[in-house]
Amino acid sequence: MTKEEKLIIDQCMADLSQWKVQDQPAPYRPVEEYFHCKVKDIDTQMCIFLNGWYVHDNMPLTISPEGVIVGSLTEAAQRFPEKVLPYLNQKSLPKEDDLSVLNRQRYNDGLFVYVPENVTVEKPIQLISLTDSPDELMINNRHLIVLEKNAELSFVQCDDSIQFKKSFINNVTQIHLAEDARLSYYKMENKNPESMLFNEVDVEQKAHSQFYSNAMTFNTGYLRSRINVLLTEPFASATMHGLYLVDRQQHVDTQVFVDHQVPNCESHQLYKGIVDDSAKANFLGHVVVRPDAQRTLADQTNRNITLTDTAHVTSRPFLEIYADDVKCNHGTTVGQLDDDAMFYLRTRGICERNARMLLMFAFANEIANNIKIDSLRERYLVMIRKRLNGELTICDQCVLHCPHLVNG
Amino acid sequence: MLKIENLHVSIHGKEILKGVNLEINKGEVHAIMGPNGTGKSTLASVIAGKDIFEVTEGSITYEGKNLMEMSIEERAREGIFIGFQYPVEIPGVSIANFMRTAIDEKRRYHGQEPLTELEFRKMMKEKAKVVELTEKLSTRSVNEGFSGGEKKRNEIFQMAMLEPKLSILDETDSGLDIDALRIVANGVTQLKSPENSTIVITHYQRLLDYIVPDFVHVLFDGKIVKSGSKELALELEHRGYEWIKQEYESANNQ
Ligand SMILES: Nc1ncnc2c1ncn2[C@@H]1O[C@H](COP(=O)(O)OP(=O)(O)O)[C@@H](O)[C@H]1O
Ligand SMILES: [Mg+2]
Repeated sequence: MTKEEKLIIDQCMADLSQWKVQDQPAPYRPVEEYFHCKVKDIDTQMCIFLNGWYVHDNMPLTISPEGVIVGSLTEAAQRFPEKVLPYLNQKSLPKEDDLSVLNRQRYNDGLFVYVPENVTVEKPIQLISLTDSPDELMINNRHLIVLEKNAELSFVQCDDSIQFKKSFINNVTQIHLAEDARLSYYKMENKNPESMLFNEVDVEQKAHSQFYSNAMTFNTGYLRSRINVLLTEPFASATMHGLYLVDRQQHVDTQVFVDHQVPNCESHQLYKGIVDDSAKANFLGHVVVRPDAQRTLADQTNRNITLTDTAHVTSRPFLEIYADDVKCNHGTTVGQLDDDAMFYLRTRGICERNARMLLMFAFANEIANNIKIDSLRERYLVMIRKRLNGELTICDQCVLHCPHLVNG
Repeated sequence: MLKIENLHVSIHGKEILKGVNLEINKGEVHAIMGPNGTGKSTLASVIAGKDIFEVTEGSITYEGKNLMEMSIEERAREGIFIGFQYPVEIPGVSIANFMRTAIDEKRRYHGQEPLTELEFRKMMKEKAKVVELTEKLSTRSVNEGFSGGEKKRNEIFQMAMLEPKLSILDETDSGLDIDALRIVANGVTQLKSPENSTIVITHYQRLLDYIVPDFVHVLFDGKIVKSGSKELALELEHRGYEWIKQEYESANNQ
């Protein structure tokens, strides 16, 4: 833990009474009245949490004909205890810290998603967590996603602020993937600069399961994004991609922990960041390969571009290997934009600013291009572009010609 | 069009160009030849505006203006183009987007309306033909994973797109097989007009069979030590550079 991370945690936790906790959901209002998802044409099953409470019109749980359950975790715990409690009570995680414990003690609710055996959920499920309150809120949500054997799901999680109020958000998402299950997990953070957001994702994977995660951070105050992956049976694979674009005083801590407990699993990490102004980004990647975990394939890459002298990046990829027949590597870079590429672009008449834009966009694109939901990917590309542009330039004057804008 | 006078250039305190004089008029083709490491690419880089090179003495005038006071991109928009000896790979930036940006900026600089998407695509298609590039290449990242020949063809393609007044082709012919050489040379010939000028930096005579030079210069030890007509290139091809070196050294010893 860095000194600053500890400082921020202390600030949040020292006196919990500084925070207001909304102890019951607000009366139901249709979502359209206060929130519009800006992703064009995205077709998802949308689940909204407002100030920590699931927004629904007397329907805390929906159950599809195939048996897919989506809704309030506390409601699910009562109606389907056998599907919920074994996971909630499971203390499998090696890394519980003060925040995880706080979440465990205080969570009021969360989203529960259950996909039965052999079911492929066609429409992505989208969780949108909003904060909109005149008070300085503390929110503890605990989400649970369970995929049974050979189930498949795309899940999109967005954290957005509606207005600029300080908040302390401490969320845990538990993910359990049974044999052959496949989950794509997309995450987007676009929070106000006053927010302090702690997100922990705990993943447990059985044999041949596949976990893919893609986390985009466009705006935040402080964000600690932690992901713990336990590979508990052979031939499971986990791929984690992330991108953070931070400026001003923003601060992002990315902490990835992968535990290779058994043979023949693979894990891949690629995290990239562009850090501007006085922003800070810390990457900590920790891969453990246990003595039994022969033929493990594991890599970690973290690449950063700093745009100013005051931007601060630390990158610590860390491999802890106890097996001998493994293929593991890690790489990390922190640097400026490539001078030779800048020069080359400018010798074709491109100004310095646009040359930088092209290179930064190309750098960021590598992560966005892995998103398989078309509308989401297009939206992310637009957001990246706007973000790199300082959100000031009008789209059609920009140098990055988004295909759907040009054609549309 | 371009006038270089007594140009001295250093890098990290080491002097590389030691008083180069060269004048190029509209419509002319000049060849610059010379052994490795004598400063040919340095000259091209200085004209392009690479700032790691320090001009310690002398001047470069382009169309009556002091080139040293122009930014890299301004030089390009005013019509200077360098075909690089080692084109840079730029992962993630597509050739189409790259060229779209370059053309937009150049047109804006000259007070012209931007091309429509359709006009731009048409232009890409036409210019790709000049160097027999397939259109598929334009969606690929700039130079990434290109073969040596593809990189050089891509340089000439960019030249065709940007329609420069002064092109400097730095060893565009080296490392090319006969076919690639023919394609590149045909491309350059097609783009030649009485209005524009070309500097061909090369080791070999073979490119000069296609692009016939009005003048041939030999750069040696940071200076132009000999200038002549196209026959000089043939002579260098036959005799190598040893005699140049000897002439230069005996002249210096006197
Ligand atoms: N970036 C650089 N840093 C240090 N020395 C350089 C650099 N570029 C060129 N030089 C030196 O300048 C001299 C001329 O190089 P160059 O202009 O590339 O020659 P040519 O193109 O004629 O082969 C060489 O001695 C080379 O080592
Ligand atoms: Mg050279």
